Order: sequence, then structure tokens, then C-alpha cells
Amino acid sequence: MKTSKFVYVIYIRTTPEKLWQALTDPKFVRKYFFGAVQESDWKPGASWQLKTPDGRVADSGEVLEIEPCRKLVLKWRHELRAELRAEGHTRMTCEIEKSGSSVKLTITHEMDRARSKFIDGVSEGWPPILSSLKSLIETGESLEETRTWPEEL
Amino acid sequence: MDAVFKALADPGRRQLLDELRRKNGQTLTELRGQLAMTRQAVSKHLAVLERANLVASVRRGREKLHYLNPVPLHEIYERWIGKYERHRLQALSDLKKSLEERKE
Repeated sequence: MKTSKFVYVIYIRTTPEKLWQALTDPKFVRKYFFGAVQESDWKPGASWQLKTPDGRVADSGEVLEIEPCRKLVLKWRHELRAELRAEGHTRMTCEIEKSGSSVKLTITHEMDRARSKFIDGVSEGWPPILSSLKSLIETGESLEETRTWPEEL
Repeated sequence: MDAVFKALADPGRRQLLDELRRKNGQTLTELRGQLAMTRQAVSKHLAVLERANLVASVRRGREKLHYLNPVPLHEIYERWIGKYERHRLQALSDLKKSLEERKE
């Protein structure tokens, strides 16, 4: 089976409800997602977009599965770089589980293609994004380096 | 963070992480085949790495696939390496790599 995939896990001292809000509410998302604006109606089959701060569509797709405070599956394709866009759609799964006094967040990002450049690319992006999400939820402040869009993109 | 440093203190466990870096999503049997360790040792090391959250595992049918989870390492990096130092360190590390390559 040819796939490119990673699985990232982070424990955050919060509740599933607060984490869900931080993942879906654009006001929170831009603070830890390099200033990106996330748009979706959050219903199965609804479109999903991540826009750069200056309004270009960076990634797009649709909501494949949604179970508030539990699970979100997105169909996800990069739009800015032609070679990455040409790789087609990936699947991103967020799973939220209560774990004692914290919440375990598991992010799986995968594509049915060996050695995907896009999966390589996002595997550099998720660790700072997730660390920043954790800082934002636990301290009220995200990490400085994740507040603005990278210049080269 | 203690669990992360403890997990990283063992050369066998660092080797396991290197192996997952080379090919993510391996089973215990596959990992064992790549390293000179007994099955029990691999299984014990993987358990320590999982507890430190450096390895995440996913069940696929009867198999358990292991993935390198760099999120805790990013937290360490974030704590001691600042935004501006990063570029200087990258330059030094590139220099070291290119000088060492030339020697071969």
C-alpha cells in the first residue's frame, strides 16, 4: 500500500469543548495557524478553506466527517504551489479524547501516494502549530512565530 | 519534559527514532528486523518512547503501527531556541555538513 502519513499527538490541559472551539473558531485558529483564516460551515459535505492573511486560498477541501468535540475529518488539498496542488487530495483527521485532567489530540495527515511532498511539507508545519495551540489554550498566548504567515509562501 | 529526556538518554531508543524517521509507520516486527535488538528490547523501548509521547501508535487490524511524534521535541526546541537564533544555528549546521561532506 503506497501512502504518506504522519500521526502527531499532543496533550493539552483543557476540555474537549474548549479544544473544539480552538480548532474550529477562526478567531482562535489565526492565532496559532500563521494568521490563516479558516472558513467552513462545519457540516458533513460542507466546503472548507484556509486562506492566507491577504485573502489567497492556501488550502481547500471539504468536511468528510464531523462529530463535535470528538472527531473531524477533512479532505484537504494545497492550492498555492502548483507541484503540491498536483498531488491531489489528502485526508486530515483530528481526534479528541479525554485523558485524565487533559485532552489528547491526535492529528493524522495522510495521502494515498508514496513520498508526498505535501505531506513532507505539512509535517514541518504541524509541530509548531500544535505547540502554539497548546500554549494558546493553556496560557492565553500563542507562540510568536506562528502568528504571521511565512514570507516565502 | 523529564520523560522525554529520559527516553532520549538511551542510544537504542534514539536508534528507534532514527529508524522511524527513515520510514514512518512501522510495526514492531519491521523495526526489529532493522535493528540488532531482541523483540522484548524493542517492545520495552517503544513503550518508554510512547509514554514520553515521542512515538504515537495506531492500530490497523491486528497490527500496531508506530509513528515518530516530533511534537514534544518541538516544545524543547521552542523553550531554548529563539526565533533569531534559529537562522544562525541553521547556517552553522549547514556549514558543518558541507565541510564534513567534502572530506569524504
